[in-house]
Amino acid sequence: MIKPVNASDNVIVHLEDARKIYQMGTQEVRALAGVTVSFTQGSFWAIMGPSGSGKSTMMNVLGCLDRLSSGQYVLEGQDVSELNDDALSELRLKYMGFVFQSFNLIPQLTVKRNIELPLYYLGWDAVPSAARAQELAELVGLGDRLDHRPTELSGGQMQRVAIARALANDPQVLFADEPTGNLDSATGVQIMQLLADLNAQGKTIIMVTHEPDIATYAHYRLHMIDGRIDRIEQDTE
Amino acid sequence: MKNTRFVRNILLGIENLLLHKLRSFLTMLGVVFGVGSVVAMLSVGEGASKEALAQIRKLGSNNIIISSIKSVEDDAATTQHSHMSIYGLTYEDQHRIAQSFPHIDQTAPVKVMRKEARLQERSIELRIVGTTEQWFDLVPREVLAGRVLLASDLVKQVPVAVLTEFGARKILATQNTVGEKIRIGSDYFEVVGIVRSEGGQAGNIQMPDEEVDVYIPMTAGRAYFGDINTRRTAGSFIRERVELHQIIARVDKTEYVESTAAGIEQILARFHKKTDYVTSVPLTLLRQAEDTKRRFNIVLGSIAGISLLVGGIGIMNIMLASVTERTREIGIRRAIGAKRWQIITQFLIETVVLSTTGGIIGLGIGVLIPSLITLFSGMATVLTLKGVLLPLLISMSIGILFGIYPAMHAAKVDPIIALRHE
Repeated sequence: MIKPVNASDNVIVHLEDARKIYQMGTQEVRALAGVTVSFTQGSFWAIMGPSGSGKSTMMNVLGCLDRLSSGQYVLEGQDVSELNDDALSELRLKYMGFVFQSFNLIPQLTVKRNIELPLYYLGWDAVPSAARAQELAELVGLGDRLDHRPTELSGGQMQRVAIARALANDPQVLFADEPTGNLDSATGVQIMQLLADLNAQGKTIIMVTHEPDIATYAHYRLHMIDGRIDRIEQDTE
Repeated sequence: MKNTRFVRNILLGIENLLLHKLRSFLTMLGVVFGVGSVVAMLSVGEGASKEALAQIRKLGSNNIIISSIKSVEDDAATTQHSHMSIYGLTYEDQHRIAQSFPHIDQTAPVKVMRKEARLQERSIELRIVGTTEQWFDLVPREVLAGRVLLASDLVKQVPVAVLTEFGARKILATQNTVGEKIRIGSDYFEVVGIVRSEGGQAGNIQMPDEEVDVYIPMTAGRAYFGDINTRRTAGSFIRERVELHQIIARVDKTEYVESTAAGIEQILARFHKKTDYVTSVPLTLLRQAEDTKRRFNIVLGSIAGISLLVGGIGIMNIMLASVTERTREIGIRRAIGAKRWQIITQFLIETVVLSTTGGIIGLGIGVLIPSLITLFSGMATVLTLKGVLLPLLISMSIGILFGIYPAMHAAKVDPIIALRHE
């Protein structure tokens, strides 16, 4: 059952017949085989599906890390499907934040410097950057760990740092790729609670997961099979 | 604002390099030694050639020096028959040279005599040069006391003597000796001055005043001692009649020096049956020295170029390895929104910081070595501004040149692949 989403003006991300085809040797792989979906401001999505269903490709495309073979990607009413690499980098820098399964902190940088990284590329000065890093570290409960290196932190703490970093540029959309995949279940719950809190404060979150428990934190669960949307479940209020 | 950002980028680069201190140090070693050897070699070479050029200039770069030599067959004849040998330049030669060439503005004769000399109770054999007042124009030397020869000394055949520093030391004369008399042979000469002597050789030309102890007016010398020199060697007497041992001619303009020298050769060849003279031109020597210096610099430059090339390749190699090792970091930065040129800049700055630091350390070594050489061997070394700035500039350029490829390589990293779960 494909549930149409109203194309109201609070849609921030919209895919229209999105297709992504990879060439694997002589074989064509249809990672996305015609996807049309809209994500509204302030929603919390979980993209689910078995491996090979295209959920990672979906995530990469939505995160402007990858480009569509055909179809349209509309970000805040603007068609960005034809943009070049630099322009896509600019979009990621301004509108998006990423949280990964393996945290992806830069090991040689301190917590503070990791959080400041997007601000550095945004051209912020050192003093406001430091203040922002402090503020975000406190938000994720690590205000006293700014000068530690990621290797000195636990998995849960590392993921909190990653979330703080993803929030530094105050993104329109926060992408989370299996955010609890490398964490024990108790820590995973804490991280999900943090994401749920952020969503409650209005942050749009798109998460990829294959764990049904984790997916329950989202309000929309998008199930993919063979590069297509199988169904979208929506929480009833 | 832009400035502080640039400084910040450089600081970030330094910070990153400091994370791997040993590796960074080893990486820059090639450039360190490259730049070090260039700076050291340049300053040693510059010092050597400067010394040589200064020596040649002391000969007078517009001078032509014609010296009497005993030709080989003549030499053999003398020892067999123990006759008096007559050879060398004549007064007539000097006259002819002075008259025949419009560009020769001055000439000075040199007549060498060895005589027993006595100052108070000290007696010693001195090498005496009979010459004219022009000598002191052609071969300018610092006057330490008193005066040099005057035209009037020549005309009146005044028995005066100008000691060289060297000769003065031999007979223990001091500045106070000026005004006293020394006995040369059996005649008394009044010491009127002491001049500094410049020793050493420039190429194959000996300094005209090498080993001269005393200058006397040539006219007086001829009148008192005649033209025949008797030397006592190994128990036998060698009698020689040599009018002039050397003629120094000065050309008014540098561009005529070589053609005039050729002309002098021709004239002498016409009037001398044997080649009992040799012409030397300091200017030719100067040209040769400058040519040698240029070749030396080319050789140095090539060696330097190769060593810096090797250093640069070393840096490139390590930076490529570093890019591979930091693929994940690059992916993270790209995912966050870093553009390709920002990644390129980051790695390029690291490479340039590395090579420039290497260059600065190398410069330190390159400055230290020549000063040690000067300290221990007394060899002159010269550190020119060019010799310092050029290697620094080159090491910086090496960083850019050999940093571009690894940086481009880094910028090509695909964030999706780089961030794929392990």
